[in-house]
Amino acid sequence: MTGPGKADETASGKPANGKVVPGRLPPASAAQRGGGPPWMGAAMPAEKALNFGPSAKRLLRRMRPRRVHLMLVVAMAAGAVTLSVIGPRLLGHATNIIFAGFIGKRLPSDVTLSQAIAHARASGNNNYADLLARTHAVPGHGIDFTDLAYVLLIAVCLYLGAAVLSWIQAYLLNDVVQSTVRQLRADVDAKINRLPLNYVDSQPRGEMLSRVTNDIDNIGQSLMQTLSQLLTSVLTVIGVITMMLIISPLLAIIALVTVPASIYVTKAIAKRSQGRFIAQWRNTGKLNGQIEEAFAGHELVRVFGRRAETEAAFAETNDALFEASFGAQFVSGIIMPAMMFIANLNYVVIAVVGGLRVASGSISLGDVQAFIQYSRQFTQPLMQLASMANLLQSGIASAERVFDLLDAPEQAAETATPQVAKERRGRVEFENVSFRYKPDEPLIEDLSLVAEPGHSVAIVGPTGAGKTTLVNLIMRFYELDSGRITLDGIDITEMRRADLRSGVGMVLQDAWLFGGTIWDNLAYGRPGASDEQILDAAKSAFVDRFVQALPDGYDTVLGEDSSNVSAGQRQLITIARAFLADPTLLILDEATSSVDTRTELLVQHATAALRSSRTSFVVAHRLSTIRDADLILVMEHGRIVEKGNHHELLAAGGAYHALYSSQFSEAVADAVG
Amino acid sequence: MPAEGSSLDPVLTRLLRTFLRPYRRWLTFVVVLQLIGTVASLYLPTLNGDIIDRGVARGDTDYILRTGAIMLAVGLLQVLSNIAAVFFGAKAAMSFGRDLRSTLFHRVGEFSAREVGHFGAPSLITRGTNDVQQVQMLVVMACTLMVAAPISIVGGIILALRQDLGLSWLLGVSLPFLVVVIGIIVTKLIPQFRQMQDRIDTVNRILREQISGIRVVRAFVREPLEEQRFAAANDELTVTGVRAGRLMMSMFPTVMLVLNLSSVAVLWFGADRISHGQTQIGDLTAFLSYLAQILMSVMMATFMVMMIPRAAVCAERIKEVLDTDPSVAPPANPIDIVDRQAEVTFQGVSFAYPGAAAPVLEDITVHCGPGTTTAFVGSTGSGKSTLVSLVARLYDVTDGSLLVDGVDVRELDPTALSARVGLVPQRAYLFSGTVASNLRYGNPAATDEQLWEALRIAQAEDFVRAMPEQLEASISQGGTNVSGGQRQRLAIARALVLKPEIYLFDESFSALDLGTDARLRAALRPVTRDAAVLIVASRVSTIIDADQIVVLEAGRIVGLGRHDELVQTCPTYAEIVESQLSSEDAA
Repeated sequence: MTGPGKADETASGKPANGKVVPGRLPPASAAQRGGGPPWMGAAMPAEKALNFGPSAKRLLRRMRPRRVHLMLVVAMAAGAVTLSVIGPRLLGHATNIIFAGFIGKRLPSDVTLSQAIAHARASGNNNYADLLARTHAVPGHGIDFTDLAYVLLIAVCLYLGAAVLSWIQAYLLNDVVQSTVRQLRADVDAKINRLPLNYVDSQPRGEMLSRVTNDIDNIGQSLMQTLSQLLTSVLTVIGVITMMLIISPLLAIIALVTVPASIYVTKAIAKRSQGRFIAQWRNTGKLNGQIEEAFAGHELVRVFGRRAETEAAFAETNDALFEASFGAQFVSGIIMPAMMFIANLNYVVIAVVGGLRVASGSISLGDVQAFIQYSRQFTQPLMQLASMANLLQSGIASAERVFDLLDAPEQAAETATPQVAKERRGRVEFENVSFRYKPDEPLIEDLSLVAEPGHSVAIVGPTGAGKTTLVNLIMRFYELDSGRITLDGIDITEMRRADLRSGVGMVLQDAWLFGGTIWDNLAYGRPGASDEQILDAAKSAFVDRFVQALPDGYDTVLGEDSSNVSAGQRQLITIARAFLADPTLLILDEATSSVDTRTELLVQHATAALRSSRTSFVVAHRLSTIRDADLILVMEHGRIVEKGNHHELLAAGGAYHALYSSQFSEAVADAVG
Repeated sequence: MPAEGSSLDPVLTRLLRTFLRPYRRWLTFVVVLQLIGTVASLYLPTLNGDIIDRGVARGDTDYILRTGAIMLAVGLLQVLSNIAAVFFGAKAAMSFGRDLRSTLFHRVGEFSAREVGHFGAPSLITRGTNDVQQVQMLVVMACTLMVAAPISIVGGIILALRQDLGLSWLLGVSLPFLVVVIGIIVTKLIPQFRQMQDRIDTVNRILREQISGIRVVRAFVREPLEEQRFAAANDELTVTGVRAGRLMMSMFPTVMLVLNLSSVAVLWFGADRISHGQTQIGDLTAFLSYLAQILMSVMMATFMVMMIPRAAVCAERIKEVLDTDPSVAPPANPIDIVDRQAEVTFQGVSFAYPGAAAPVLEDITVHCGPGTTTAFVGSTGSGKSTLVSLVARLYDVTDGSLLVDGVDVRELDPTALSARVGLVPQRAYLFSGTVASNLRYGNPAATDEQLWEALRIAQAEDFVRAMPEQLEASISQGGTNVSGGQRQRLAIARALVLKPEIYLFDESFSALDLGTDARLRAALRPVTRDAAVLIVASRVSTIIDADQIVVLEAGRIVGLGRHDELVQTCPTYAEIVESQLSSEDAA
């Protein structure tokens, strides 16, 4: 019977076997991810992209229109990094000046530097001698403030420049990312309108929506966080390594040892935490599912007396979640201290080795100073790069899902030569129409019928017999497998979809009204309708009456769950909308369940008025509708099993007869008379 | 050191305090360990300074090596205490989350239908999942990082000043300046985030409408209009995104600039002090390191503080649920039913929501005896669903009394009540699992034969047999993988398996077509022969054979009797019948 997908059988009939993307779960929103600042490990394990390279390239290609901006960004980032990388060297230079002055002050003023050095060597103080040799101390003189001022001034300019470049670069990048995401959203929205319905119906509930919302959000966030950091981090690392090598290859090598060390440590820890993260994520999903069920099915839990078991099951999952999340948090929380330890180790070694080399005069103090600053400048981008890997993966995985949607096959193109009916009378003819949702499940086979203008065709049958499919085909929501349908003599595939559909009015069981005012919803029926026309339509459907009683009248905003307007009233609005559209052909789905009797009467009156002089296809539930129809189609398992009017079919003693007599007992027949 | 523009919300604090109280000891450990760790990391620059002042300047290599060893030990101490701090912090935070979730779950479990209706199930779900997650995230961060930041800042300041008091004024300038700048950015950022969230919600809403109403969009040829509508919302979102992004990304360069300029200042003024012999070079170097650490910690702290407003909102929502008392409480002295009668008696029952102008039900007196079928009809809002919910004690009457088997339902042992009453609610809901697990929901001990029997009566046997796994076929959450009609039949079967004495059918046949409806009721007749059946329906054909029909209007009984009588005597009823069966009026 019905397959997976939409469970509401009346809305779409059976879902087609469209292309369903192999199940990858959509990413949680940032909130679910436990969104904190970027360096906090994600609460959920990263999704792995299936085709990282191509997808990443495709995403980058989307930024092409802004490539000038991007190039500027790269250039500025390079500039900013260069400036800020030179900075410590300058400061180191400044330190040297200070140190030189300090040393110089201590030397007697009547000797030259070389004499002082020689003197130190002579007295066996070789270390000190080497130290002196390194400095540019002027004996007897203190710190050369002019020199210092000069250096520091350059440093200030450098830093200001770096800051300005950083700011501008950040702004530009932000603009690029935002506009890329905006375009992506617009493309997806446009795509939705071109997707064939069988694709939309085949998507599991909420999957498509999640793709379009969560996934795009995720792309935006990942791009923002990674691009800027990636750029600066990589450039910084390159720049810093260069400077370090310039200053002292030995120290640089020591510093570089930390790189593989940190990578190794991070990977090792991450691997151990991965299992726990997966368990955490799994348990969270399970727990959330339990909460949803317990709350949504609250009355059932209560009435069937299952509270104790439900709470026990919950407690079990809750505890499991606790174990998993604690483990995950702890293990991943070790990464930061471990990295800091490595950084500190680095610091210690540099301080010691550097100190020793300064003392032996092979390197200046300022250089060590600068080096320490560099190694700090160096570890931070590394840590950022590590945490970025996850984010990047997740972002690209989202991009893949969105691209899947954008690549989905579209509905058949409009015909090149659209035809228009000379006279719109509303004559519908089916000629040997065959259609199936799934190739191996027969539905409509070789159906032929004619509905003359103004006639009403009632469609009856047991639940799930494919009645709505007929409707889907007339509106060309799905394409036929064979045969054709004509409207006023013209094949519907030879018409523009817009022309076809604007001539057909639909009143569905799920009265779809959007969250706007009642007036807006009415006006939806015909763009460009005058106020008078809208009011007329409202009056014809008895909408005006109840709207007058509402405090905000036509400006009442319809809530999503229609708290202010009853189901019956919503139906009336839908009917009014159909009135406004003034179609030649009507497709109606009768709803009886959620409407109260008073409004039900109004709905019937309004529907009858709507249907007079229009051809209508009615998916009927009420006996009177069926009895008064010009043509009745009895469907069973999607096949038309009987055709005719009420009396003919009763006399035939077939499926219709059986249906009719099972519904009503003698008392009803008598009461109706 | 809080950034300006955000304050600690009282509800949030109270919530944190209540649920963190049991873990006070662990939290103390965290603070102590982080103190040790931070002090250790703060000590390193001092040691480095020492190396320079006492080692390098004097050419004392031994000293350099020795101090280096000390630095190593200190580093080790730091990492060990940090890891231990993470251990206790994670434990405390996750325990907090666990306790909060379980308390919330239990509380909602105690709710009556009224409280659930007041909040709405979706809202409760969000509160139990997302909101708890948000607050827990804050606690995790606070436990692991937030403690370190202020310690680092304070400790850094102290040690920096210890290095060179003369430069303290520099700190007094750069630090407040930084705090102010960040504070300004954050104050501007928070409303931007909020607006962004709103606009994201709008975009998502429009998309949701377009996808779920795709047929109507196409039917009314409104694709271009919808694209326009979307474009407008999309543009608005982008504008806010750009603004927020700019603010966000300007933070780091700003902090770096302040740091760098401060470093320059330190060197300049420090040099002066050195030349006057007031300070040493090593001290200066250490001072620079401390400066960097302090400013970095300030930035970290700001990020954390930004999370507080969002968590505060969540905390409020959680507290709302926790503070709501359930209106239906189990009886103090539960009575079990001795005399099994299968009857329901309404005696002057009234029900009103607190503070409501008009009651939902007023003075209802009906007796439903064993083996009888009582139907309740009326327009929407006439109170019929509420009536039936009262029997299952989903609500409590506000006046009058409701007796089940002669015992007031409020005195009845809840287990006894649930064993007796089988409810098929208006919107059939199935739980994730299998067909069998759903059917056994009220009666875990039911055998497979009993399940098939129930399915047969509920007209559900055919499609269950058609499923490959039959009874073991999986049902997804809410039962969305079966059609509406199938769901309803399974829900009916579920009630049948329970073999209750009182059946409550709330619009249970509405999703079924007329034929299935009739067949089902026919099949039910022998099974419910000795039971009391209460049906709420709006289809006349469903209720026409009932032993008594109760016609409700605006919460009051306006008709009571059999169909034939009521058609003559009760105008409301006649109207209902007429609207469904005749076509005369439709012309």
